[in-house]
Amino acid sequence: MSKISEAEVRAEVREWLAANWDPDLSLVEWRSKLADSGWGMPQWPREWYGRDLPHGLVRAVEEEFANVGAIGAAKSGVRLLAAATLLEHGSDLQKKKLLRRILTGEDTWCQFFSEPGSGSDLAGATTRADLKGDFWIVNGQKVWTTSAHHADHGLLLARTDWDAPKHEGLSYFVIDVKQPGVDVQPLKQMNGHASFNQVFFTDAKVPQENLVGRVGDGWKVAMTTLAHERRGVDAMSALPRSGSPKGRIYIEERAETEKANQPYKWYPQRAGRVDLIIDRAKETGANKDPYVRQEIAKLLILAKSADWTARRARAAQQQGRPQGPEGSLGKLAGSHVARACSRVHTLITGTDAMLTGTESPRDGIIAEILVSVPAVSIAGGTDEIQRNIIAERVLDLPKEPRFDTGPFRDVRKN
Amino acid sequence: MATAEGYDPAVWRQLSEDMALPGIHIPEQYGGAGFGMAELCIVAEELGRALLCAPYFSTAVLAANAIMNSGTEAQKSALLPDVAKGAQLATLAITEPDGNWDPASIQLVATPEADGYRLDGVKSYVVDGNIADLLIVAARVPNTVGRDGLALFTLGPKTGGVERHPLESMDPTRKIARIDFRGAHANLLGSLDDGANAILRTLDQAAIALANEMVGGAQMLLESAVDYAKLRVQFGRTIGSFQAIKHKLADMLLDVELAKSAAYYAAQAAAVNDPEGPALASLAKASASETYLHTAIECIQIHGGIGFTWDNDTHLWFKRAKSSEVFLGLPSYHRELLMQRWSLSDE
Repeated sequence: MSKISEAEVRAEVREWLAANWDPDLSLVEWRSKLADSGWGMPQWPREWYGRDLPHGLVRAVEEEFANVGAIGAAKSGVRLLAAATLLEHGSDLQKKKLLRRILTGEDTWCQFFSEPGSGSDLAGATTRADLKGDFWIVNGQKVWTTSAHHADHGLLLARTDWDAPKHEGLSYFVIDVKQPGVDVQPLKQMNGHASFNQVFFTDAKVPQENLVGRVGDGWKVAMTTLAHERRGVDAMSALPRSGSPKGRIYIEERAETEKANQPYKWYPQRAGRVDLIIDRAKETGANKDPYVRQEIAKLLILAKSADWTARRARAAQQQGRPQGPEGSLGKLAGSHVARACSRVHTLITGTDAMLTGTESPRDGIIAEILVSVPAVSIAGGTDEIQRNIIAERVLDLPKEPRFDTGPFRDVRKN
Repeated sequence: MATAEGYDPAVWRQLSEDMALPGIHIPEQYGGAGFGMAELCIVAEELGRALLCAPYFSTAVLAANAIMNSGTEAQKSALLPDVAKGAQLATLAITEPDGNWDPASIQLVATPEADGYRLDGVKSYVVDGNIADLLIVAARVPNTVGRDGLALFTLGPKTGGVERHPLESMDPTRKIARIDFRGAHANLLGSLDDGANAILRTLDQAAIALANEMVGGAQMLLESAVDYAKLRVQFGRTIGSFQAIKHKLADMLLDVELAKSAAYYAAQAAAVNDPEGPALASLAKASASETYLHTAIECIQIHGGIGFTWDNDTHLWFKRAKSSEVFLGLPSYHRELLMQRWSLSDE
């Protein structure tokens, strides 16, 4: 393939948008055009709804879209993790059947990885899949599943060989969520929201053709999904769109976004809301208390330093320098910031911190911070796992002795 | 370190003549290398890492910046070239026996007299005060209070009425002295109009350089702790394979990287005269102070019994961390200053 320049790409997108963009189309109609033309995910292969564009030029395409106010392919939720995994490990049949409806937004996806008995130790999954005739029969329980209640397909990690060592007895499937053997229940969290599900599988059926990769390759395939999750797959930074967003498609898109974001309205509170600290301290007069001032200063120093550390990591990346240790520290730093925020919000708020709901300051936001922060140091890898990763990968310290080698059948489990 | 002077003149000559480090941030017209605060802070970080015993902080960081911030053209031309060459050791005397780093608390009086001023009072905690060839002294003119009437004055240590007393310093790598002034004749550095600002600016630059020096030391301690954890065997395994130690080291790394980010950010802000500079100076100083000391404590902890012995060098970094925590103001002092500086810039 000859090398294409940014100017050529821009010209090509502009021309295509001029001929095709129409805000009065429905979302699905428009995104079907994106899938067929390859402009929805231009970095994908040409034979699978892309244009083989180098990653470095994607931004230019996004900018051209934003310039005319055009909407992109569906990208919310787990769907792009599913797509990335299928592109790397899926069969042609799977790609043909599933990728297009991912981009058009017609199908929604979820991820069945964590279990009540295996959280940090994901490879210890005990949900089983047994081949009977043409189908894999699935039994077990998954938890912390995002959006399972309206998902069409799930990425399932299940054990297919109990005599193999832990990581080698897993297989990876695409499972139809809307079937009788799959029971999706909301999981209510300590902050009162129910953003996740627990899912029970009772003789749920997966056709053989839905096995992704080979039997026993499940862990390897799951690592692809997780790697993309950590990288935030091709996460589209929301570029401001020009023009006034009038047209049917924008109404549909707003509804879609609202539905996707609804369960996560508390996420900003989970991170501690450092942005509210100074205003709140002025509001309650706590900014005059020398002790509270010290604690506020400590928090702001921590939060600023964490921000600058993330910027150092990004700068290294942009300049093509190898990332230093600063790149691995963000998650742990975020936990410290959130916890410090929770403590300082309490100091600032005083006895009102006993209240919740609309009785609590800022219409419940303060109370929501206090009961949401404990999630940060657990979700997406606990602080303890982060420390192991930092110690072993950055500081090159030895691993702890293991007790989970040998046939999985004999490994101690919950 | 073990001598009364506290440094090796041969190393200082190398540092000055071969590497031109004392003048790295001094403009070329005054005999320096023409770089700025960012480069000065890089040097400070490396010196902190190596725990170099040399009159660098006093001469290059405190005195050179004081002269650049306050001096007239003629004074800069007269004083800076020798400082840049390392031929003249110099220091800045701010604090008095009450140990307060707020210039408003300065009591030492400079009374006008023929051809200059007469200094009366006591300075303490003066870094390299016992070996400096040039003393720069913060003082106030008679009948002034607070930040009014403050200015900087220069004199030689052999001037009549100057008496130097080396203090027994817990940190053997940073020598300090008390200096009594009884009618000592001195010259005004710059003017009387802007003394407080020049002093504050010099202190902020010093806090930023010290923060960078401290993160250099903290990085060295972290590496020493990691190396030891990979080496030391107990219960049949290297102690670095225990989560109790691994997690401690991961936390130390996070701490050190956060403090570095603050120190680097502040250095760059100072280099470009960012109006946020003073707030960032306090931020970086508070952050690096806590981190350096904490890293030193944990480094000794990971070394176990041997970490508490005189023969293991860790205590030298610990003592530098302790003296740096207090020098230029405690973390609590700088956190309060940070709050004031940020809320002022808000309004």
